[in-house]
Amino acid sequence: MSTETETLEEFRLEARSWIEANYPDALKAPVNPGDIPNGGSKQVFHHPDAKLWLDRMAEKRWTCPEWPKEYGGGGHNEAECKILREELAAQNCRPALAGMGRFMLGPTLLQFGSEELKAKHLPRIATGEVRWCQGYSEPNSGSDLASLQMRADDQGDHYLVNGNKLWTSDANMGDWMFCLVRTDFTSKKHAGISVLVFDRTDPAVEINPITLISGYSVFYETSIQDLKVPKADMIGAENEGWAIAKFLLTHERVMISSLGNTKSAPTSMSDVAKKYIGEDDGKLADPIVRDRIAQQEMDDEAFMLTSKRYTLMAKAGESQGAASSFLKHVGTKFAKNNMELMLDIEGHQALGWEGEGFSEGELTLARAWLRSKGYSIEGGTSEIMLNIIATRVLGLPKA
Amino acid sequence: MAMVLTEDQTLLKNSAAEFCKAQSPIESMRDLRDNKDETGYSAEIWQAMVDMGWTGAIFPEELGGFGFGYQGIGLAMEETGKTLVNSPLLSHAVLSGSLIMCGGTDAQKEELIPAIITAEQLYTAAIDEGAAHDPARIAMTATKSGDGYTLSGEKKFVLDGHTAGQLIVAARTSGNAGDESGITLFLVDAKASGVTVTRTHMVDSKNMANISFDNAPATAVFGEVDRGFAPLNQALDRARVCLAAEMLGGCIEVFDVTIEYMKTRVQFDVAIGTFQALQHRAAEVFGEVEMAKSVVLEALTAIDEGSGDVPLLASLAKAKLNDIYHLVSSEGIQLHGGIGMTDECNLGFYLKRSRVASQTFGSSRYHRNRYATLKGY
Repeated sequence: MSTETETLEEFRLEARSWIEANYPDALKAPVNPGDIPNGGSKQVFHHPDAKLWLDRMAEKRWTCPEWPKEYGGGGHNEAECKILREELAAQNCRPALAGMGRFMLGPTLLQFGSEELKAKHLPRIATGEVRWCQGYSEPNSGSDLASLQMRADDQGDHYLVNGNKLWTSDANMGDWMFCLVRTDFTSKKHAGISVLVFDRTDPAVEINPITLISGYSVFYETSIQDLKVPKADMIGAENEGWAIAKFLLTHERVMISSLGNTKSAPTSMSDVAKKYIGEDDGKLADPIVRDRIAQQEMDDEAFMLTSKRYTLMAKAGESQGAASSFLKHVGTKFAKNNMELMLDIEGHQALGWEGEGFSEGELTLARAWLRSKGYSIEGGTSEIMLNIIATRVLGLPKA
Repeated sequence: MAMVLTEDQTLLKNSAAEFCKAQSPIESMRDLRDNKDETGYSAEIWQAMVDMGWTGAIFPEELGGFGFGYQGIGLAMEETGKTLVNSPLLSHAVLSGSLIMCGGTDAQKEELIPAIITAEQLYTAAIDEGAAHDPARIAMTATKSGDGYTLSGEKKFVLDGHTAGQLIVAARTSGNAGDESGITLFLVDAKASGVTVTRTHMVDSKNMANISFDNAPATAVFGEVDRGFAPLNQALDRARVCLAAEMLGGCIEVFDVTIEYMKTRVQFDVAIGTFQALQHRAAEVFGEVEMAKSVVLEALTAIDEGSGDVPLLASLAKAKLNDIYHLVSSEGIQLHGGIGMTDECNLGFYLKRSRVASQTFGSSRYHRNRYATLKGY
């Protein structure tokens, strides 16, 4: 065995025994994705041991193991990080820390940020002290994000920021915000964008919750009036923010996929149908519903097999340019279809808003069905996904 | 898990692709049709397939096969689907070969598999009796006669029925139509007394026939009397997946040709592929074809791995390919405009093939019903 392999093996054994000694028993149950701490001053731990786990992992510098030591990380290389992931998974450990700071802002600062910004913000992300939120979309800039208009006027040693942002998730829980602003109104739209960071709790920043058709949501609109942001709080150079925005977005996907193995098993549509519709001679009593369930289960399986195939292709070094657009569009389409079928199966019972006469599951389904209409809109609309497939993958001409 | 091809499989696929494109392009099928060819396939092309080892692909080396597995033959079938090659590969090597492997005794395998591989005479299977595929509804009777059996009844839409020398026939030795038990697999010489073959000329110009049996003598029984449904279904699952593989080839070909057309056909001063409505339709079809690839690969692999999920995956693959080939071939015509409607254009052949293949070995309705039953609802 080479010295390098020996060292890695030692690290693995060290990690394994440390995890065994430090992972709290109370956390050994399956976790709801919502219970994983994102940190910040407003963090409410669902269990005191979740704080204990975060503190222990932060002290060990394993919340952000790949970050350099001087910024609160573990300074671990790729091989070591892989070993750490494997050992944590082997003992069914839940992530100690999640969120935009860990997965999006952190890597972005490491790539584009000044020393000052890195030293100021990264350690406080790694300990869970600060939680971050994002300011991207605006009332007039959704799919056409680059058309954003929040202005940052150069005032010498600072920028004066004015404008509105829409769809900021958990703005109320965020301590700091990273925000796309326009610093040049004369150039082409992509070329006048910059990225600023600021304290979200500044009095010049007003947040208001957005209620959805499904009721309560985590989304906020943010209104900024004459906020002063020091020049040092810009990430990267002025007017070079679009590239940084795209970098942040690719990391958002990594964050979403990291929650993958905490998802609960989907409800079996046929089990629900048996309950609400009944059986005839071992078959669902309504042959039309039976056929629709079979159709959708086949669609779901075909989708899942394609997702698996793309993962295997990526591992084998074969590219599949359409993968993320396909997965987003078709995955959300099928998820929405399933919601509609469940709604149909449960009849009036699935259409209760609140209160008596409905089970918790039924009320949850009604809200979930309504919320699901957003899946094909948020994170890139289905229409944009189809545009991407058509023009970038199939090579059809742009208008 | 062979969702990504091995080097060997890639070689096989590429050589099959070259063979089909060069030796049996779609014009060959058109010529067979236009010339009202008696056999409905090219003897040279068939011999070339035998020489390339395709008829031995799924059989183990101990029986003289080449052990490419169903993944191997599936890749070859996919390529034949791109140029709509007429050949007895599916009925002879896949369906009949699988029936012998799944239903036959060791002695029968040793005797008959080499014959399948050399293809000196063609084998096919006579199963369906009505308009739709539904093997449990077999009603044709087999009556004990001395040491053997005689068969009486009507079989419909037998693949390559009019060129086969040997028929594997599923008939009832007990029970009623709808019962899975009571079905037995027999071997009948196509030239035996009482066997009348009437070729059915299908819209896709491929070979099918109706065969009537009037006290026709069986020469052998495969496996156990009354217990033929299980091996029949196993063999059918293999044929379903290989047919799905052929259909996948057709989907890919139509899609590629249509995208190319959208880039070159100019109307209103631009290529029609510039129009967003058409772009979105093409992108949706792209997604469906991607899923078609995945279900076929998964099913072929499951067969070779001896997975217990084969029945489920076979029904999944057949149902999805029925629907997706239906979609792609219909969209192909529409997106080609008037030219797509001409006989001169090749797209019509794929439309025709898609619907015939859809009914062969089970429609989408049949397979969704089966899938739901297998899943317990």
